[in-house]
Amino acid sequence: MRTIISQNRDLLAMPDLRNLGTILRILLAVNAAVFIAAMFVETRWDAVSDLWLNMSALVEPQLLFQLLILYAIAPVLLRLPYRIAATVVMTVTLVVGLAWNTVLATMFNEVTTTVLLRRLIFALLVAAALLYYFALRTKALSPAISEARLQALQARIRPHFLFNSINAVLSLIRSEPRRAEAALEDMADLFRVLMRDNRQLAPLIDEVRLCKQYLDLEKLRLGDRLGIEWHVDNMPRDAQVPPLVLQPLLENAVYHGIEPSSAPGAIAINIFLRRGEVHAILRNPFHSGKRHQGGNKMALANIRERLALHFDAEASLESKVTKDMYEVHIRMPYRTGDGGEAHG
Amino acid sequence: MADAPLKILIVDDEAPARRRLRELLDDCAGAMPLVVVGEAASGNEALALLGSAPADLVLTDIHMPDMDGIELARHLLKLPLPPVLIFTTAYHEHAIAAFEVHAIDYLVKPVRVQRLLAALEKVPRLRPLSETKLDRLPAATRRFLSVTERSRVVLVPIDEVVYLKAELKYITIRTADREFLLEESLTRLEEEFGARFVRVHRNCLVARDAIRGFERRVTADGDAHWEVLLRGVPDALPVSRRQQYIVREIGRDSSS
Repeated sequence: MRTIISQNRDLLAMPDLRNLGTILRILLAVNAAVFIAAMFVETRWDAVSDLWLNMSALVEPQLLFQLLILYAIAPVLLRLPYRIAATVVMTVTLVVGLAWNTVLATMFNEVTTTVLLRRLIFALLVAAALLYYFALRTKALSPAISEARLQALQARIRPHFLFNSINAVLSLIRSEPRRAEAALEDMADLFRVLMRDNRQLAPLIDEVRLCKQYLDLEKLRLGDRLGIEWHVDNMPRDAQVPPLVLQPLLENAVYHGIEPSSAPGAIAINIFLRRGEVHAILRNPFHSGKRHQGGNKMALANIRERLALHFDAEASLESKVTKDMYEVHIRMPYRTGDGGEAHG
Repeated sequence: MADAPLKILIVDDEAPARRRLRELLDDCAGAMPLVVVGEAASGNEALALLGSAPADLVLTDIHMPDMDGIELARHLLKLPLPPVLIFTTAYHEHAIAAFEVHAIDYLVKPVRVQRLLAALEKVPRLRPLSETKLDRLPAATRRFLSVTERSRVVLVPIDEVVYLKAELKYITIRTADREFLLEESLTRLEEEFGARFVRVHRNCLVARDAIRGFERRVTADGDAHWEVLLRGVPDALPVSRRQQYIVREIGRDSSS
């Protein structure tokens, strides 16, 4: 019995109160709760929204102020045991509630003890419900389930690429043994990463290095047909990103953008930091109506889901087709080694 | 005759794959007389080479841009002496299942020299793949139509075809520049390229992209019919009474 309880306790975790997704969820939930309260207080439908606005005007400053405090102490909360952290959150709720109502009382002189008590109870109930919700959500997403999902989402390389590359290396062994050696070393590095446990974030520079090795191998096969333009001089090399977040996209770019045409084409990779976010933009020629359809969506969905598991709403992946170019744009928060990975 | 070396053409869009096959064929040369007459990076190149240097055997990759190995096999049949063909592939694609079903020989890359030699030894007993056999393979629509002119295979990109018109024995292919004569059935062409062409008359398929508009014509005896106006070609093609509905259908599309 005791072991079961302690296991359960291990699963409980505070939400990351600096995560945009968490903050959005809290804002939505509190406003929804206020709306429900307004609905019960006011009997006439048309007056509900007015009352809701009035109540929100009271609640919102308290909520925002509390979020600000929680934002400030978020790293501390994450380190504390769950029970203590939860108690801290409830205490902050209580203190902020008291403080805000004192301000209201001095400004408008309208807060009676019963009203104060009701407001505090409302705030504490909502806070407790949210903590419970986030605990459940964490349980649903991690560690076991989200780990399993990440495991299942491990990128798979196309067998087509493996056999073509082996064949390309075989063709070099007699005439250019040194190039064959380099190619085999690239392959070894690539497969080491592919077969490794890729659930932890890794530095962006490692991902870029891997992409370069991958493209070297493809260049061996495709020769001048494959042009590559790197624009990564201003990339944040230490940014923590999900491993294999770019390589599968390059594989797609080669498969859909370069291979279907006998004419040379170029893949452009642009990575940069803008307003605290890492942007990666990949472009490749687009061949409408040519072969090799399908398969692409799966890789995109896979990366999108992994980004969501790591960064929640703070990351996104968008793709678009302009006249003759295909573009994928990834946006991720800029996190470095010690910031840690957040589970929303 | 038996001593004449086997003439081989290698077709693959990837240079290392061609080089590897050449090396392996060199290894086989000790066991049986053979000569590599050329290497081609595409189906088009292969057909151009074969026009001047005939081969007994073509080793072709299945998966290539512009023209895949299966389409190349079809065009090869237009040669006066079609060569035997062996497919190569880097990976068991879904198409391969059909090859097995119809006992069509193929080599999986990387190819082992023993496996290659065994395939080469069978070649003198093999005949070119028949059209019916090729029809059973899951092929993509062709990119080219092929016609034989002075014992060479001339490729006409399907994108350049303005219309296809059935004459007595042949089909006339009309492009912006000239006409070609093709020996195929119009019905079959309509099945294969239905998305690209529209039937305006019992004997005529017109490329949708090439239609500029329609014009009402009244003949001397007072008979009225529609004619298709084409881009880049002065010919006017009559629309049959049965197909008149396309005038409205396409006319509406082009005006919107």
